[in-house]
Formats: sequence, C-alpha cells, structure tokens
Amino acid sequence: MTDATTNTGVTPRGTKPRRRMSPRNIMLYGTLFVASMYYLLPLYVMIVTSLKGMPEIRLGNVFSPPVEVTFEPWVKAWAEACTGINCDGLSRGFWNSVQILVPSVALSIAIASVNGYALSLWKFKGSEVFFTILIFGAFIPYQVMIYPMVILLREAGEGLSFITGTRIRLMGSVWGLVIVHTVFGMPILTLLFRNYFASVPEELFKAARVDGAGFWGIYFRIMLPMALPIFVVAMILQVTGIWNDFLFGVIFTKPDTYPMTVQLNNIVNSVQGVKEYNVNMAATLLTGLVPLIIYFASGKLFVRGIAAGAVKG
Amino acid sequence: MTNVTVKDLTLEFGAIRVLDKLNLQIEEGEFLVLLGASGCGKSTLLNCIAGLLDITDGEIHIGGRNVTWEEPSERGIGMVFQSYALYPQMTVEGNLSFGLKNAKVPKPEIAERVARAAEVLQIEPLLKRKPAALSGGQRQRVAIGRALVRDVDVFLFDEPLSNLDAKLRADLRVELKLLHQRLQNTMIYVTHDQVEAMTLADRIAIMRGGLVQQIASPAEVYNRPSNKYVAGFIGSPTINFFEGSITDGKTPEFLTADIKMGLSGYETSQGALSPRPAWLGIRPEAVITGTDVDAQPFTAEITVELFEAMGADTLVYTTLAGAPFRFRMSGQARVTAGDTLRIGFDPAQGSLFDKSTEERL
Repeated sequence: MTDATTNTGVTPRGTKPRRRMSPRNIMLYGTLFVASMYYLLPLYVMIVTSLKGMPEIRLGNVFSPPVEVTFEPWVKAWAEACTGINCDGLSRGFWNSVQILVPSVALSIAIASVNGYALSLWKFKGSEVFFTILIFGAFIPYQVMIYPMVILLREAGEGLSFITGTRIRLMGSVWGLVIVHTVFGMPILTLLFRNYFASVPEELFKAARVDGAGFWGIYFRIMLPMALPIFVVAMILQVTGIWNDFLFGVIFTKPDTYPMTVQLNNIVNSVQGVKEYNVNMAATLLTGLVPLIIYFASGKLFVRGIAAGAVKG
Repeated sequence: MTNVTVKDLTLEFGAIRVLDKLNLQIEEGEFLVLLGASGCGKSTLLNCIAGLLDITDGEIHIGGRNVTWEEPSERGIGMVFQSYALYPQMTVEGNLSFGLKNAKVPKPEIAERVARAAEVLQIEPLLKRKPAALSGGQRQRVAIGRALVRDVDVFLFDEPLSNLDAKLRADLRVELKLLHQRLQNTMIYVTHDQVEAMTLADRIAIMRGGLVQQIASPAEVYNRPSNKYVAGFIGSPTINFFEGSITDGKTPEFLTADIKMGLSGYETSQGALSPRPAWLGIRPEAVITGTDVDAQPFTAEITVELFEAMGADTLVYTTLAGAPFRFRMSGQARVTAGDTLRIGFDPAQGSLFDKSTEERL
C-alpha cells in the first residue's frame, strides 16, 4: 500500500499538503526566473546607465550601479537633445504624440463602438457581408496600404481645400495621422465591440425597444453603461498601439509634428558627435513610460486588451 | 376596445416559413395562453405582435387600430421576458421609469405611476436597489412592474416563469392570476408549461409547426382535444392511446387487439361514427379502480408493472390490449409491482381520432 497513512502515519484529512520544493515547482519557478531576468536585465542596464555620467559609462562596467547619480541625461533627453535643427529634446515629440493620441483614441473608439453595436443588434441586409469585409482589413499587412493611403490623404486634403476655400493639408499633418490611426484601428475594434454586444442578452435589447428607446437611446442609456469594461480594453489597446507606432508616424507627419517614437529614433540613431548612451537610455525610458503607466494602472484589463489584440498579428 | 387581432400572419426567415397565414382573435380582458413545444413558433408569434420582428405578410390590430407598421413602443403593449431583461446599470426605480422617460411623461406622473406599480407588486423596499441585488422572483416582479407602469392595455408574457424554481413559479403563477383578475387587461402569455396554461388561461391556443392546432378553454382542450397531437400534448401523465378501428354495428364499438369497447353515448364532432381505422384516447384520470369498477361500461384485469407513489396520487404503469397503459389511483392506494387489479372506464368519455387525419371524430 502506498497510502499516505502507511507512509507517514498521518490520517488524510482536510486540505492535501503540497511539497514546496517538488521538482515540478523548481522547474516552474526556475523557468519563470530565467524568463524574467531575460527581460529585466536590459531594463536594469538602461536605468543604471541613464543615471550615470559619460565618464563613468566609458569605464565599461555595464552592470555596476552608478557611483555618482545624475539626472542630467534625463533632463537633456526631455528638453535639450537635438534632432535635426530642433534642440528642444523629446518634449516636442511627447506633446505631438499626445495630440495624435487623444483624438485618434477617442475617434476610433467612438466610431468602432457604434459600428459594433449596430452590427450586432441592428442587423440590416448585408450587415454580415459588411462585417466580413471590415474584418478582412485586419489581415492585410499595413505596408500594402501605405502608398494608397498617402495618395488618398493628399487628394482628400486637396478636395477639402477646394470646398472650404482655405489651404488644408492632411498629408503631413497631425490630423492626417489621426485619420490613418482611426481607419486602421477600425477592424479590430469593431470586432471587439461587436463580439461584446453580441453577448448582451437579446431580450434586454427587446425590452428597451418596447420601452420606446431608439438606436441612440439604447446605445447611450443601456449599452454604453454596460460596456465600460470593453471600452477600457479598447482604450488600452489603442493607447499602447498608437503610442508605440513608428511606421505611420514617420510617413504621415513632418519633422515638426513627429511623434515621440520617431523623435526617439532620430535622437538614438543620430550619427553625428559622441554617442550619449545615458541620454539615449533616458529618452527610451521616457518614451516607454506611457504604455508602462497604462499597464500598471489597468492590470487585468490590459491582459484582456493584449489577448484581443493578438488577432492583429 | 383593446382586443388583439392577428390576420393571415406569415413570417419567413429566408426560405423557412415559421408562421403560415395565422389568424387569432383575442377578446378584451382575455387571458390567452400560447402553448406548444419549443420551436413551434409561439414566442415568434408574440414577438410579431410586439413588433420586435418584421413580418412577411399579414396584419396585426391592437385595440381596433392597425399597428402592423408601428414601433413596439407605439403599440400600447407591455412585455415581460423570460430572462427578466432588467437594465443592469439602473436601479429598480430607473428600470420602471425608463419607458416613461422615453415617452416624455412629466416627472410627477412618473413618480406616481412607479409608486402605484411598486405598491401593486409589493416591491417598494427594493426601489433603490440594482437588479443584481435582487432574487429571481423579485427581478421578475420588477419586470412585470415595468410593463405595469406603462399603463398599457395589452400585456405580453414570454415564458416569464421559466427561469424560476418550482416553488417560486407556483407562487408567482397565482400572483399573476390575481393581477389579471384585478387589472382585467388583455394578456397574451407564452409558455411550454401546461400547468401554467391550464391554470392561467381563459383560452389556450396550442401551437405546432407555426399553426394553431386548437384554441379553446382549458376544460375543452383537456376533455375534447381537437386532434391526436393536442390530446397527447395536454395532460400529465400523457393520455393513453389505443390503435384500432370502429366497428360496423347497431351501437358503435372500438376494436383493438380483440378487445371490444362500447362507444354508445360518444359525442361526435361531425355526424355519426362510421366504421374506420382510428385511435382511442383515454385519460389516466378517467380510470376507476375499487368497488365502483363494475358500474363502468368497460372493465379489465391488469397486472401492475410499475408504480410511482407521489403522495397525492399514485401512478400505475401497465399494459392493456397490447399497448402501454397508465392510470392514476388515490395516493393512499397500496399497490406493488405484480399485483392484479380490476380497472374500469367509459370508452365513450374518451376521444376518438381518425387514423389518417388524426382529427377528432
């Protein structure tokens, strides 16, 4: 008999005791430790380097903590680093990014939530086809659509100028980029909202209709308050996605309106003069701060956002 | 005038015809129950009356007004759903007043109507709570209240008690009946539960495959089912069927597996009984045991195969004339499997159905 009673003389009762140092646990936590070191070590190097002066860095002890802590590189990265002719650091890129981010996130979520709501609850003839076409957009590589998008923005700007009589340029402006982000966020966000609203009991929708609420009444009074978690997920998805975007930023804006990521690249990859590693590290950390804050603030919902974004490929 | 009339209602989902030229007339103040197995189109019919589904053809009149093209909110109906469908983010009060706010009813009147509905349904202490903080029975009361505050003449119920446990269902069923007696509104009630149908209805409409099989009072449906399907659907335990034929003779008799059952006194639906293959249905409740057996026109000896004692009554399973046969005895009856019993019933009180058309004879 291999019963616990015979081996240890203890009668099995209550919660089964688990061994802490079982081979399974050692494997599990060992793997987790190695994986976390893999990601945390570079972060550690970045932080300590950003707090060192250049002479200390030249000594080459990458892992050693700073002897003399200095915040000079952070100040320089934020306010003084040069990209091209502008020498006001990353701050310009930060504000550009905010100006791009806020309207893009608001606009894309507003449109996509109404899209998802209409496609799941107010089905019309051809709504399924419409949805399929929209989702198809999520599977086309961005790169394919860049050049057509450039032409579209240019022509749309021309058209708007003609109509309004003033000179409007979409290509190269922040608003052009906002439109691009909104359009490219549409497939995945619509899918997200449609699936969420499809899970709302149909009888709730029917009850609201009997109660005399219309399309917008049901959307604002019933569905919107219910859908807050999915709105947060969508926001996380969009904020991280748009903030981290480099490709669209570099293509659809000009040096004056470059988002933070593009500016960061220009600072780090500048070939003139001495490589200021501490400034580069500080600049990179500054740029990554926004998604990091979002991550720590939203916790569980962030994972849901990432999982939903996994379809994006 | 708040009667409801459904004229030639047809509904198609693509190529599937769910309702086929359905006609229904519901009188003012009537409690009509739409009864049927799942998928028979009863909920669909209710949704069409409510205006929640676009119909393919036909007309719907409520209170003498053609509402076929009108929005659900304009039809003068209130609806209660199986899943309660309360707005989760609103308090009970918010739930009750939502429809009135949409209809732009003045605030004092909203407060008055909400208070009145809450009083009728005894949910006053719950007004400030959210639906999540309510029990199933309380939720369904609020859902009924939401229909009540709208001051409509027609109430539509879509299996309102199906999500409740058995005891609560029985309680709320009684309350619904009281509510109907008090309000005297026209009510259309969808259910698959025949007990609900029998107890609540003024008239029952039994549906099958998008067609109304019979529409009559509960007693009529039970005693004189219009076809074999209705006979088998209504009644628990199920009616006993004998397959056989009506013989040609002075007094008509039913012949099944060499056993003859006299049919003298059978009330026919259309003219005299003519010889033909037929089904005879005998309700388990119509069977008599004990000392009165010999007074019955038909008697037989049976062996008890299985019995279910349920306290109030005992159900006995046996075989008669080669067919499975169930009957009901008093709950105090002492029987065990293998016992031999004498039973009797009056075949003329049963129901005869034509073998091919399955219509009542």
